[in-house]
Parts: sequence; structure tokens; C-alpha cells
Amino acid sequence: MGFLDIRNVTKRYGQAEVLHRINISVEEDEFLVLVGPSGCGKSTLLNMIAGLESITSGEVSIRGQVVNGVHPSRRNIAMVFQSYALYPNMTVGKNITFGLEMHGVPRSEREEALRDVAALLQIDHLLNRKPGQLSGGQRQRVAMGRALVRKPDVFLFDEPLSNLDAKLRVDMRTEIKKLHEKLKTTIVYVTHDQIEAMTLSTRIAVMNESHIQQLGTPQEIYNTPANVFVGRFMGSPAMNVIPARVAVQDGVPCACITDSEECEQRLRFSQANLTGWDGREILLGIRPEAITDPEGADRGSTNIVNLRNRIGVTEPAGSDTFVTMMLGGIDATARMRADVKVERGDAVEFAFNMEKAVAFDPETEERIRP
Amino acid sequence: MMGSASQDTAVHTGRVARALIYLVLLLFALFYLLPFLVMLVNSVKPLSEITSGNMLALPMVWTIEPWLSAWSTAQIGVEPTGLKPYFLNSILMVVPAVAISTILGALNGYVLTKWRFRGDGILFGLMLFSCFIPFQIVLIPMARTLGILGMAGSTPGLVLVHVVYGLGFTTLFFRNYYAAFPTELVRAAMIDGAGFFRIFWRIMLPVSGPIIVVSVIWQFTNIWNDFLFGASFADLDSMPMTVALNNLVNSSTGVKEYNVHFAGAILAALPTLLVYIVAGRYFVRGLMAGSVKG
Repeated sequence: MGFLDIRNVTKRYGQAEVLHRINISVEEDEFLVLVGPSGCGKSTLLNMIAGLESITSGEVSIRGQVVNGVHPSRRNIAMVFQSYALYPNMTVGKNITFGLEMHGVPRSEREEALRDVAALLQIDHLLNRKPGQLSGGQRQRVAMGRALVRKPDVFLFDEPLSNLDAKLRVDMRTEIKKLHEKLKTTIVYVTHDQIEAMTLSTRIAVMNESHIQQLGTPQEIYNTPANVFVGRFMGSPAMNVIPARVAVQDGVPCACITDSEECEQRLRFSQANLTGWDGREILLGIRPEAITDPEGADRGSTNIVNLRNRIGVTEPAGSDTFVTMMLGGIDATARMRADVKVERGDAVEFAFNMEKAVAFDPETEERIRP
Repeated sequence: MMGSASQDTAVHTGRVARALIYLVLLLFALFYLLPFLVMLVNSVKPLSEITSGNMLALPMVWTIEPWLSAWSTAQIGVEPTGLKPYFLNSILMVVPAVAISTILGALNGYVLTKWRFRGDGILFGLMLFSCFIPFQIVLIPMARTLGILGMAGSTPGLVLVHVVYGLGFTTLFFRNYYAAFPTELVRAAMIDGAGFFRIFWRIMLPVSGPIIVVSVIWQFTNIWNDFLFGASFADLDSMPMTVALNNLVNSSTGVKEYNVHFAGAILAALPTLLVYIVAGRYFVRGLMAGSVKG
């Protein structure tokens, strides 16, 4: 049993099922990120943990205690909202200590707690201002201060960075991570940004269409996505998912990509378990960074397959150059070094790092497991 | 703030066009103020100057006698009390009626937007419906209700009537205002441990300034100016200003003292004018600035 347990939790609005039998067990000090496209139910799940929405069926427990029906203020949780939700009529100091005041903490203790939090977040100089006089980043800090001052069992973050501009978002991301490492708190964090999910979390739950698609460490999610959705959703640019057929040659399974009738492109798999799929259709999943120019290929890999193809579009991104090509009827993206000289229409060698490739069942879209 | 913002966005007009606009506005203002001017001018004249036919001329002899008479000695019905006691009646009726209907409207709006329940939309619709009921229809049922409650002919009875018929409007004002109020703030306060009334008192009300002003102005003007309910439900002791003014002007005995009537009419209109002047400036203030990213 974990620190925060979500058991068989289902949420229904009338006939519409928003969450279907969700099971997550969060350990103490863990940083769990719920990630998914909008409408996948991740915010609903967070609100149910907070007690802001009722649970249709199932159980949520914190520290071994079932909290279904317990008022939000008695769950010992704190929440940071997307809009910060600072009380506009109160000063920053009041905003931070309002919760303590409501819980009947004496003034002297409140002031001490406020000092500690203000020092931690470096907002000492802002305490007498109103939220309207603060910048976005400062408001964000105050919102976190309001959560921290309560010393809750679980922190809940509802897309806290999505209202900040790109640069500030990256800074605050680092800061949240630092804060977590320093305070060792249990955090559940909702975002639709897969980079936030990857960088912050100790574990990720990828959600879509009211189900958890995959629950695992960032590495597991990234390297061995449970299905096509997870593979495509996590990572930018998205994973290439290419229709292919398995052909076993000398006991080694290969992916044949049929751009025309006969199998012309053969990519040797590293995964021996695919021999059973001889002659059957699969979906080959390979990330853009696993398709490079031959010089830029991963030298540690034991299975690089070179393949000649014509370049579609080049997108120089500064640090890398993204190149598209037609492969198996789709536009596949490759990541080349920044200074590589390629142009539209050139036929060049691409190096496929097949160690990093995964195969999906085209029927179920699930990954074919070893 | 408001002025500069609208100036920035306004289309720049030429000098001639601008002069024309001001001229038209000025004419309208004069046209609108002319009756008031006539009232004011005649209220400071002796009656003889009015009866001799010079309604529009400035007074030859200035006097505040009509004002004093209207306030404290003029014949209202059968008593020579002036408007003073009825002015007090109106105040005693308007202040609680405005306060209660505004507070209840605010609570209604708060519940209808932040504590949603099954059927809340229908309930709000029904409350809105009350805004469209002509008052004449309810006179008899209301008289009956007041009789049963033992409040007939009293100031509390009038307060009740005005609260009931103001509630539809105040609920509408507050509901629409709170609908735009971020629900996340209420949720944050819930997690912070504030209860129903604490959230209302500490979070909602402090940012409700503009809509409270709207509600107060609306209610004050309507209740102060109400004649029908006052004439129907009030006794001599609880008769509001408007009814007294009517009695003053319509006295069938003696000479018609037009100068006193004018002074009385202005006296009756002063409080609503005052409310506009004092509260109007708070009308446009956006007190919500900075609560959420906008």
C-alpha cells in the first residue's frame, strides 16, 4: 500500500464516463505526473484527490486513510491552480497565511511560517503587495508559497506553468524540481506538456480517453511505450509509426517497409521475439533521434541499419536539423546534426538505430512485448 | 483610467466634427435640464410672482420660504406637518429594504454560481420571472399576505414587499457578476479551510464592490420612487415621501402653492440624485484586476 492510493476510481457525469477504473499507488516523496491531451480526465482525477469533485466509485486514500467524502480542508493536501487563484483583495502575506488562519493557527506561528516560506521562495520583499501588482512568475511563487506553508501530506499541481511565457516556464520547472528534491514531498502534478512530465517526474501516468495508458518511470515511458498513443504523445517531434511487415531472414526478424509492391527497405530488428510474427503486418515505432545521418549515428549501438531515401522537408532547429522523408506511406522525421548539408530532393543515407525501435500490433495498437 | 482607455481606442475625429458633437450634446443637456431649471427657479419665488404669469423669469424677490414650508409646515392631507416625517418614513423603509435585498441577492448569486445544485438553472429562471411581473397584479395577494403576517400598514411590511420584489433583480445582478468570478478562487479557499459564509465574506464580498453599487443604486432609486406599493400598503404613520408629495400637490383645499410643490418635488428627488453622485464613481472601478492572469 502506498502513501496515496487511488483504487478503482471511476468518474461518471450522467452517462459519460470520464475516468474508468483508475489504479495508481503513489509512494511517499514521489513526484507523479499525470499527462495527457485535454479532456483525458487528468484534472478531474486531481480534483477528486483534492476532494473538489465527488468520486462515483472506487477509493482514494492518503496515509492509509480513505478520504472519500472527507472535506478538502481536512485531507491535509495543498493545491496550486493553473490560474494561481490568489485572493485579489488580500496582500501576498495574507494570501499565504489565509489557510493557517482558517485552521486556527495562532498569529505568532503564522508569521513564523510565513517568514520561512517567503525566504525559501525569495518573495520576502513582496509580502505587502496585492496579487495585482505582481508579475506572472511572482504570482506563481506566491501560489506555491500558499501551498508550502501548510506542510501538507500531498501537493497537487494543476498545470501550474501553463500561464507563464516559455522562458519563465523552463526556469520555474527547474525550481519546482529543486524544491521537490530539497523538501522531499509527495507531489501529484497535472500537465499536458510531455517535456514537463519527462523532466519533473519520478513516475508518469499517461492518460487518454479516461484510461491510464501507461504508468512508469520517464525512461520506461519513453523507451518502451505501451502503445501507439503513448509513443506518439511522449517526445517531440513525435515518434514515427510506420506500417511494415515482418520477414524473418536467417532467423533474424526484419521490418519490410513497402513503399511499392515488393519489399525494398529491410530493417533488421534487435528484438528476437518478433520471429513469431513472420509475414504479418506490424507498426514500426522509431523516434526521430534514432534516425540520423550515418556520421551522427549512436556509436554504442550494435544495430545500425543504413537506408537510402529522398529528403522531403528540412527544418533547421538550431541545435539539430529535422528532416522528413516518405517511408511506408507516411512522412517520417529524422534528426540530423545541425551542420549537416542536405537539401530537399537529395537522396542520402539515413542511419536507423534499430536497437531503439519498437513494434506495435496494428490491430490493438499495443506494443508487442518480448 | 476608464476615460483614458476609451480615448485611446476612440476613432480620432476632426475639429469640426468634434465641435458639432459637443454642440449637440450641450443642446440635449440643456433640453434635459430645462424642466429642472423651471422647478428650481420657481421654488425660490414668492407665489405672487408665479401666479402673475412669469414662470420662466428669474425671481425678483429671492426666498427660501417655500422650501421651509414644504419641509416642515405645508399641509399634507389633513396635517400641517410638511414632508419631514414622510421623508423619515422613506429613509426607514429604503435603507433596510436596499440592504436586505442586496445581501440576499448576493447570497443567491453566490449559491447559484459557486454551489451549484440540481435544478439551479430552473430556480434562477423562476427568480428572473419575478422581474417581469407587473406590480398591479400582486397588489391584492400581497395585501392579503401582509394582513396574515400582521404587517399591514407598517414600515416593516413595506420593507418586506420591496425586498421580495427587488430580489429578482439583485439576484440577477449578482449571479451574472459571480458567474465571471473564477471558481478556482472558491476552490482554493475551500482547500484552505474556509466554509460557506467565510468564503462569501472574505473572498467574494471584498471584490463585489462594483456590483454592490449597481444593486444599491438600482434598488434605492426604485424603492424611493415607488408610489404604488406606498399608496397601497402604507398607513399614515408609514407613508413614504412619494405618497406624501402626491397628497401635498393634490390637496383640494386652499390655494395651490406651486412654489412649495416645486420645492417639495426637488426634496423628494434629492436622495436618489445624491446616491448617483456619491456611488456613481465606483461604478466603473474594476476591483478584480490581478486575481487571475487576464
